[in-house]
Amino acid sequence: MAETFKLRVNGVERQVSAEPNTPLLYILRNDLKLKGTRFGCGEGQCGACTVLLDGNAVQSCDTPLWSAPGHEITTVEGLGRAGALHAIQLAFIEEQAAQCGYCINGIMMSAKVLLDANPDPDDAQIAQALERNLCRCGTHVRVFRAIKRAARALRSGGGQ
Amino acid sequence: MSAATVVPPIGLPQSLKTTPRLDRWVRFNADRSVTVFSGKVEIGQGIETAIAQIAAEELDVALDRLELVAGDTTRTPDEWYTAGSQSMEVGGSSMRIVCAEVRHLFVEAAASKFELDATELRVRDGVIEVPGTDLRTSYWDLAAGVDLDRDVTGSVAPKPPADYSSVGKSALRRDLRAKLSGAAFVHDMELPGMVFGRICRPPSYGAKLKSFDAAAVRALPGVVAVMVSGNFIGVCAGREEQAVKALEGARAAAVWDETAAMPATNEVREFLPQLASTRSIVQKKEGGAGVGVQRLEATYSKPYIAHASLGPACALAQFSGNKLTVWSHTQGSHALRGQIAKAMGMSDGAVEVIHTDGAGCYGHNSADDVALDAALLARDCGRPVLVQWTREDELAWSPFGSAMVVHMAAALDADGRICDWQHEIWSHTHLKRPGWAEGINLLAAWHMDPPHPVPPPKDALLPAGGGDRNAIPLYDFARQEITKNFIAEMPLRVSALRALGAYANVFAIESFMDELAAAAGADPIEFRLRHLKDERAREVVAAVARLAGWTPGGAGDATDSRGFGIARYKNASAWCAVIARIEVGEKIRVKKVFAAVDAGQVVNPDGLKNQIEGGVVQAISWTLKEQVKWDRDRITTRSWEDYPILGFDEVPEIEVVLLDRPGLPSLGVGECAAGPTAAALANALAHALGVRARDLPLTPERIARAMI
Repeated sequence: MAETFKLRVNGVERQVSAEPNTPLLYILRNDLKLKGTRFGCGEGQCGACTVLLDGNAVQSCDTPLWSAPGHEITTVEGLGRAGALHAIQLAFIEEQAAQCGYCINGIMMSAKVLLDANPDPDDAQIAQALERNLCRCGTHVRVFRAIKRAARALRSGGGQ
Repeated sequence: MSAATVVPPIGLPQSLKTTPRLDRWVRFNADRSVTVFSGKVEIGQGIETAIAQIAAEELDVALDRLELVAGDTTRTPDEWYTAGSQSMEVGGSSMRIVCAEVRHLFVEAAASKFELDATELRVRDGVIEVPGTDLRTSYWDLAAGVDLDRDVTGSVAPKPPADYSSVGKSALRRDLRAKLSGAAFVHDMELPGMVFGRICRPPSYGAKLKSFDAAAVRALPGVVAVMVSGNFIGVCAGREEQAVKALEGARAAAVWDETAAMPATNEVREFLPQLASTRSIVQKKEGGAGVGVQRLEATYSKPYIAHASLGPACALAQFSGNKLTVWSHTQGSHALRGQIAKAMGMSDGAVEVIHTDGAGCYGHNSADDVALDAALLARDCGRPVLVQWTREDELAWSPFGSAMVVHMAAALDADGRICDWQHEIWSHTHLKRPGWAEGINLLAAWHMDPPHPVPPPKDALLPAGGGDRNAIPLYDFARQEITKNFIAEMPLRVSALRALGAYANVFAIESFMDELAAAAGADPIEFRLRHLKDERAREVVAAVARLAGWTPGGAGDATDSRGFGIARYKNASAWCAVIARIEVGEKIRVKKVFAAVDAGQVVNPDGLKNQIEGGVVQAISWTLKEQVKWDRDRITTRSWEDYPILGFDEVPEIEVVLLDRPGLPSLGVGECAAGPTAAALANALAHALGVRARDLPLTPERIARAMI
């Protein structure tokens, strides 16, 4: 049976009604129209659906709705919107760190967690932060560059 | 400056023969923007930006004034498939020729208005003006009076490269802002009344539906339709999670008859040459002596490889009355339209296919299949349906890149030169694209009742080739024989995957060249240069050797081993030479990859480098890790756990150098790095260990086997 849940998403209180075990991914995409979080496997193995729960990266495809209330949820739209992009998104665009771009939003969310904890990561630390993210087009070398560029921008006060 | 030289008509690209009318390619809008229409679509390779750059350059308008519409059967030219690294060579040159001619017509119109000679005019961001005067007009001012309802002649020479201002400079991809901040893909589309569809595929290729309790699935929450037709089962539900549950319910409610029809082994080398095949000579040269002082033979193999796109296939379909519209990430909207119409018993005119971006595409994946799935469900349930394939569907049901076995043999003369060369291939087809041959190549069409027959495989012939793509060596051998054994039978579903046969052929040729170099006691690069006359090839070899600091004889050891590989893609497209540096310990660590590329005139240097980097990374993944596996009934690689790809902790540094060739035709680069990268890795590994693993992927288990 559907139940009503109050969620806090990108700083805004939202109310949704769905089965408690519904993956958070579908709530974000279909009920809240936050489509920047992508479906990749539904098995928590590729990271395309990565969002933040209280600042920690989780795979929204295997996070049930019932577990989300009371936590601050951040999606890529909460990072920055077109016209007001976050330093991480800007760095990915400046480095052209995408081909199809399908995996990148999940990668940027993992990068956000990393950069919040470590303002100057090296390649090994970046690789570790992205151990649950896959990219098939092979943009990895640019992703490393983009995250380091974002780190520099954030250290010098650019972005939030 | 301005007016173009009129030259005799040049040979028009196929796209312009199919769609010659200028107004089908270019339109000037009232808001002083320009729309250009292309049949080549964005599949993650950045083509939209590169073609827009070409159009902006020839028209002399700012890039941000230009909108590009691509792959829409109602609006855009039919440019067949976005495939084979042909988008710059055919799509780009078509756009260049059209835009040069359109610009010329407008400049002529302006000249006549000002009663001046066209050479006195120039175009700046769409404004046509006479320098030093206040005489000015524009494309938009003149649009009503310039008739573009006419055929392209090809008689206007495009700009000389020396005059380029946009082409040749890196341009930021136009599609990334949206993709990196919200909705952007077909997966993200919604229509009023839309429902979510999932397909319950059979568990194996030949499985037949024995019984199905449709009522049990219809009773599940939110289910609005359950479609059962032969072996095709589709479910639709009002909410996506309900569709997922309905799929689980359908899987539980379906009983299938399966037959143990898969090959008894996963080892390609063992079963592929045993399958029935048709032998033919691809090329034969009978010069020279042919008997040397040393003779070498080796057999190489490549497994079936999955596309494994990060985003499983998706499509949206809607009926309005009798008209069907499908939004799809297909590579060929027009071909797909014809196939869907045929499968559904409709006329082509009643079907519209609109390309909408999807996740990365590396060939004929499941994009077309899911489009028919969505169309069938939309007709069945009477509402718009968004069908999303599962990860399992994507890995188990998409066509795979064909497995191949390549046997090489060669003789060396007393001077350490190759005096005989033999290359023999065993392969299925590499091309089963919908619409490419007769019949319907869409999965649901084979599963529904009555089923459309699976069309017989057709081999693609050289110069493009399929299994024999790049089988003819780049080297100048007086005596050579290239043979192929075409295997019509397909125990696994196969079609086009990035580079087709070139991946295995170049891997085999370039591995074997290293084996021969070792037998001749020569440095691998010096040995190749002994047999290589092609100047542009020699230049990419020199460029990558310089970049990597290659010193003759210094192949390295297990802590820092180097390997080399080169090919000219399709023997007619971009040249790519690769050097890989690896370290072999408990695992193989690829430390750095260097690539030198000659792709003719470069349009978007950074976009081109991105394609090479991606090609290298994907080829490392294929070469070290990837193999489709099965048991007697089923494909067993059905998740990322079963089918691992290269992770962030395994990716090397990559350095790419481009040899720009202003004025020479731009060549596609999406596929040129695959074979050279595989060979460079295999060669580095052989140098590190002193033994050679010839069966891909080069996993620790296979390497251990080679060492026994």
